[in-house]
Amino acid sequence: MPAIRFTLNGKSQTVDVVPAMPLLWVLRDTLGLTGTKFGCGMALCGACTVHVNGQPIRSCSMPVSGVAGKNVATIEGLSAQGTHPVQRAWVEEDVPQCGYCQSGQIMTAAALLAKKSVPTDADIDEALHNNICRCGAYQAIRRACHRAAQYHAEANGFSRPAQDGGAE
Amino acid sequence: MSTVVKATRRGFLKTAATAAGGLLLGVRLRGDTAPASKLNAWVHIAPDDSVTLFIHKAEMGQGTVTSLSMLLAEELECDWSKIRTEFPGIDAAYGRNQGVVGSASIRTSYEPLRRAGAAARQMLVEAAAQQWGVAASECRARNSMVTDGNGRHLGYGALAEAASKLSVPANITLKTPQQFMVIGKPHKRLDAPDKTNGRAQFGIDTRLPGMLHAVVERCPVFGGKVASFDASKAKAVPGVKQVVQISTGVAVVADNTWNAAQGRKALVIQWDEGARAAVSSASISAAFAEHMSQPGAVQRQNGDAAAALAGAAKKIEATYEVPYLAHAPMEPLNCTVDVRPDRCEVWASTQGQTAAHSEAMRITGLKPEQVLVHTLYMGGGFGRRARSDYIGEAVEISKAIGAPVQLTWMREDDMQQDWYRPASLAHFTGALDGDGWPVALTSRVASPYFGGPRTAVEGIADMAYAIPNLHVDSHDVNLGIPVSYWRSVGYSQNTFFTESFLDELASAGGKDPLEVRRRLLAKTPRMLAALELAAEKAGWGKPLPAGHGRGIGLSNNIGSFTAQVAEVSWLEGKLRVERVVCAVDCGQVVNPAGVEQQIQSGIAFGLSAALKGAITIDKGRVQQGNFHQYDVLRIDEMPFVEVHLVPSEAAPGGIGEASTPGIVAAVANAFFAATGKRVRKLPIA
Repeated sequence: MPAIRFTLNGKSQTVDVVPAMPLLWVLRDTLGLTGTKFGCGMALCGACTVHVNGQPIRSCSMPVSGVAGKNVATIEGLSAQGTHPVQRAWVEEDVPQCGYCQSGQIMTAAALLAKKSVPTDADIDEALHNNICRCGAYQAIRRACHRAAQYHAEANGFSRPAQDGGAE
Repeated sequence: MSTVVKATRRGFLKTAATAAGGLLLGVRLRGDTAPASKLNAWVHIAPDDSVTLFIHKAEMGQGTVTSLSMLLAEELECDWSKIRTEFPGIDAAYGRNQGVVGSASIRTSYEPLRRAGAAARQMLVEAAAQQWGVAASECRARNSMVTDGNGRHLGYGALAEAASKLSVPANITLKTPQQFMVIGKPHKRLDAPDKTNGRAQFGIDTRLPGMLHAVVERCPVFGGKVASFDASKAKAVPGVKQVVQISTGVAVVADNTWNAAQGRKALVIQWDEGARAAVSSASISAAFAEHMSQPGAVQRQNGDAAAALAGAAKKIEATYEVPYLAHAPMEPLNCTVDVRPDRCEVWASTQGQTAAHSEAMRITGLKPEQVLVHTLYMGGGFGRRARSDYIGEAVEISKAIGAPVQLTWMREDDMQQDWYRPASLAHFTGALDGDGWPVALTSRVASPYFGGPRTAVEGIADMAYAIPNLHVDSHDVNLGIPVSYWRSVGYSQNTFFTESFLDELASAGGKDPLEVRRRLLAKTPRMLAALELAAEKAGWGKPLPAGHGRGIGLSNNIGSFTAQVAEVSWLEGKLRVERVVCAVDCGQVVNPAGVEQQIQSGIAFGLSAALKGAITIDKGRVQQGNFHQYDVLRIDEMPFVEVHLVPSEAAPGGIGEASTPGIVAAVANAFFAATGKRVRKLPIA
């Protein structure tokens, strides 16, 4: 099998696996990056969301061959110290309960904010409709999305800081 | 941690020697069944000032990490930022029945953990007083520091060693609720940072050197067995290492989960489907219905319901039915096990550590002290993780292959091999007096029992309503679909039945649903107060736009009183839950922020059941496999929820299961208010 190369959280990565193997399992089982979660295996729940070239994708349904030569960012690479505006907002709004879906929620929300810096409730609904939270932390997730937008705006009001950790 | 050196008279607090230094205090939790010599929680104050609570609970989202730490911190007077909780591995030193079920963590820990905090604080103060040659009464503790009147101060870490040499105080004085500085104040979750950066370790995140990955193919028909199988094609799949038969099916072991799942697809298995291959949802419903004409086992009787019905001014009846429900926690079931000849270690996200320990002992034949269960974060439990089937499977596989292995259930396994919330059919009759007030109610339930009839009738037989003539009976109708605990258990369906029928009685008597409840709850002041608060905050009785309606749902479970008013809209054939007002009296609140989270959570869980959830059976098989077939509530369907706490100094109640029962009824009753149509079968949609 030819090795597959991609950029993972800012660093070059080579894996030697079955090309059809979904990125999720490469991350979790081959590379030991367990922050990205398995939830459904059919791109139905959003727990496995990562960024590929800045776009949110369901890693459970993306063959690893599909990310060859691309930039992949996982929750571990969103920021070095958990200081991405979305992560700060998530802690401040006390969002997680069991927490299992939150990597996927956060990666989806971060991609939304990168695209739309001041999302409306309708934008949040559309972006996060397919991210299931069985603990029902939805009201807190919504608050945290708005707060993250605020943090983002505040940061941009003073300066244009470098991306924290090079997620995208 | 094993050398117990001192015991108090009452035997629930002890100091122990620890290799790590500092002060280690053992605690005995309420309700534990272990011998008196065994303790099940430990508080460690280290020389570096850090405070660690080791306790045999587990975190599945309900906030135990935070609220148990608050109980300790309140009396210990420690710096909140220095405290953390660990769930230690279970071993023979600990008591039985460790686990997290029945929303009991706060209730069993409320007093013992405060006593432990107070004892440790008194010992630290005494150690400082001795060092300074002053009376302990001249010293005070605050924020992990002991000070005296002369400006001297010493940190807890510096005092811990000396404190560990003192006796555990025999007289411990606890604060009154008026003195609380921590309890009752909202605290953010201690586990939130790790749950937003990918570091939190769930069971499924366990990684061991040399660990292999397994999936299991099980008979799609409940109770079926492997007749024969051909593993040759599975073994040819890249990465597949071994194929082994276990008690529940055939396990494929590979170098990663994906390859194991690919190998499983290549298995050829002949099943002996057993006796249940003809069972269907229709046959189950028919079996329930057959029992409705026959008297069941009496579960509650007050007055003479038959006579009251016979002489009633008006009678009504209604039949309600609910389907089986899956738990569908976001973290699919999984377990990691390393079985060695003389040792077995289990890493699990489980609600039942003791059950997991027993299961591992049973399969390996090892002694209690040779089996260690590590507790990891659960990605949801909701009752499913109180069962140990998935743990036993992983132990069997590791034992068979002689290597550490992680067993993962695919989502389809999780949904099709669950222990479901039972389906249930209930028939109600009710009688009204000449003024339209309820005077009699009968209820007959047909549903599979588990562990006795209680779960089939709780929420009916223990209703708070003072209806003078009441008769509740039940039939155990079990067609072999596995059933077990599901968030709020029997209340999850029976509160819907009872609260719906009460609404029907109100309507038949020409009464307002709030008025009827007020009258029947006159002797249950805590339930009534919650109802009044919810009704007031919801604006009960105020006009609503066309197509909108409000409904009430009350529950009294897990020691708490919960009242909800739901407002729904029914526009262009689409039901939407717009707003929910929930008032809860859960006794003394430990963490209001945690209570709010759990109320929100329970409502979302109940709404999935009310609006969407149904597991159906055909040819003995579950027909749903993943979230496209078993949908759950989404962010855009979450109503705006307001939580109001009824001030209370009563003993703490539970909260994790408080709001799930009532929301289902509140929405069903609101649907009637909006449309004039009764909901007698779930899901509503």
